[in-house]
Amino acid sequence: MDRSLILGLLIFLTLLAMPFALPLIGQGYLTGLIIKAMLLAIAAISLDLLIGHGGLVSLGHAAFVALGAYAAAIALQSGIENILVLLLITLALTGFVALITGSLALRTTGVYFLMITLAFGQMAYFTLTSLAAYGGDDGLTLWSLATLFGSNVVQKGNGLYFIVLGTLLASWWFVNRMSQSRFGRVLRAARDNPERTEVMGYSVTRYRLVAYVIAAMIAGVSGLLVMQHAEFVSPALAAWQRSGDLIVVVVLGGLATRNGAILGAFFLVIVEELLGSFIHEWRLIYGPLLVFMVLFAKGGLSDLLTSKRRGNQVA
Amino acid sequence: MSTLEILHLNKKFGAINVSNDICISIADNECHAVIGPNGAGKTTLIHQISGMLKPDSGAIKLSGQDITNMGVPQRVQAGLGRTFQITSVLPSFSVLENLAIAAQSKSGSSMRFFANAARESTLNSAASNALERVGLEDRADVIAAELSHGERRLLELGIALAGKPQFLLLDEPMAGLGRVESAALVSLLLELRRSMPMLLVEHDMNAIFKLADVVSVLVDGKIVVSGSPEAVRADPAARAAYLGEGSQ
Ligand SMILES: Nc1ncnc2c1ncn2[C@@H]1O[C@H](COP(=O)(O)OP(=O)(O)OP(=O)(O)O)[C@@H](O)[C@H]1O
Ligand SMILES: [Mg+2]
Repeated sequence: MDRSLILGLLIFLTLLAMPFALPLIGQGYLTGLIIKAMLLAIAAISLDLLIGHGGLVSLGHAAFVALGAYAAAIALQSGIENILVLLLITLALTGFVALITGSLALRTTGVYFLMITLAFGQMAYFTLTSLAAYGGDDGLTLWSLATLFGSNVVQKGNGLYFIVLGTLLASWWFVNRMSQSRFGRVLRAARDNPERTEVMGYSVTRYRLVAYVIAAMIAGVSGLLVMQHAEFVSPALAAWQRSGDLIVVVVLGGLATRNGAILGAFFLVIVEELLGSFIHEWRLIYGPLLVFMVLFAKGGLSDLLTSKRRGNQVA
Repeated sequence: MSTLEILHLNKKFGAINVSNDICISIADNECHAVIGPNGAGKTTLIHQISGMLKPDSGAIKLSGQDITNMGVPQRVQAGLGRTFQITSVLPSFSVLENLAIAAQSKSGSSMRFFANAARESTLNSAASNALERVGLEDRADVIAAELSHGERRLLELGIALAGKPQFLLLDEPMAGLGRVESAALVSLLLELRRSMPMLLVEHDMNAIFKLADVVSVLVDGKIVVSGSPEAVRADPAARAAYLGEGSQ
């Protein structure tokens, strides 16, 4: 079996065991941190579909996380509690917004695509800050959370943990599956050589748009769960720095690799937690660490863990 | 019946007339060669036929259908295949996968998200067919970026063939090939031309005399002579414009 698949299975088995194992060693509170990392990983997986597989570097992806979170929060406030209904609302809204913004943004490529997605992200950010009825700048604290047909299993503790884990597994499976499919092949071809791909008979923009919409919808789902986990939404979710963090996660983990986005997300959350507990200015160390990793682990964390060990000398 | 018809095509880049009232009609199973000095507008003509450039005026018909306003992928779906003067393949794909994805575009929808494309036997056998046709069987699993120039030229042609075109546009297929490789490619094209009409842009005069039914000489965007290879060779205007310079 291929190494990255084994690594993936190991990751998911470990995550599955955590809620049972951690309390045994008195570290049960860590599940909250793992949920945070898994939520980041879901958003990163969706961004890797764009950056890794599609070659489309978006600097506005966090906006879709925020949109998903706000769509669910606002629907929740207006009395819709069933998480499955909220899921549909989130998917519909993020999908719709992505269809509109994507068809404009995808007229460009490269640094222009980056700029235009940044602009859309900023528009989302300022739109959210202007929602006075929903907390404006300060964000919105939720006094009630989503339920599953009236049951609160999806609200806290292990119930929420397994919902997030299941969503992570589904996104991971779906994106990996898709990368091997006809669609994924066309997307990769368009990344490699868009002109040739068109002359093979594919309308490149159409495939990219579909990828953009799917990526936005997955990010939106992570937003819904972010809301459920944090019991709070705020425009900061859409800040461009969050989109930047997502790019870091994806690149650090390894572009277009099976487990890269998950590894990158856990790396970021763990480093932030560890360094943050020592010094307040943890980013001072984090920055050079990133530089080091990008220079010396070019294929990302995923490559470090799955490629056969090579000596320093080139064989 | 003519497969490809080019009617009064005009195109300017600024003040330069790169296509000046070009009219070409290519019959079924005919090989029509376009020759002309560097910068004459040959590639620009092919770009307009394949849809990568818009003509200022004029019309292009493929098997009677007006394709002038169609996009590039639509024209390919309508049956047009082409190769590039400067090799254009998918560098990170294997040779076989380059061919398989070319075949995929003519074999049902590609909006399929779950099934593993590499296991689709119809696509793989279409790819193997094209692979054999261009003689790259031994290189099936090599990443395209690692091929030699000559091999990449063959892959370029293979990609066009894997898409099962009804009409083939070839932009200097022999460009940069050695003597032996060139000869092999000519015999491959000789085989092809019996089953597929094509427009061939080429500098290699030996190849043209072997392959072409009709030769048009393009100079400064204008077709100055058009006729059988022998007639064109004998034509004083063509000699002055092109052949007289010595073939390259
Ligand atoms: N995009 C462009 N913008 C402006 N001018 C262009 C463009 N593309 C080509 N040209 C010019 O148009 C003329 C025709 O170019 P074209 O590439 O069609 O020539 P060609 O006959 O294919 O030449 P070659 O034998 O060198 O391949 C040249 O003078 C070229 O410099
Ligand atoms: Mg040319």
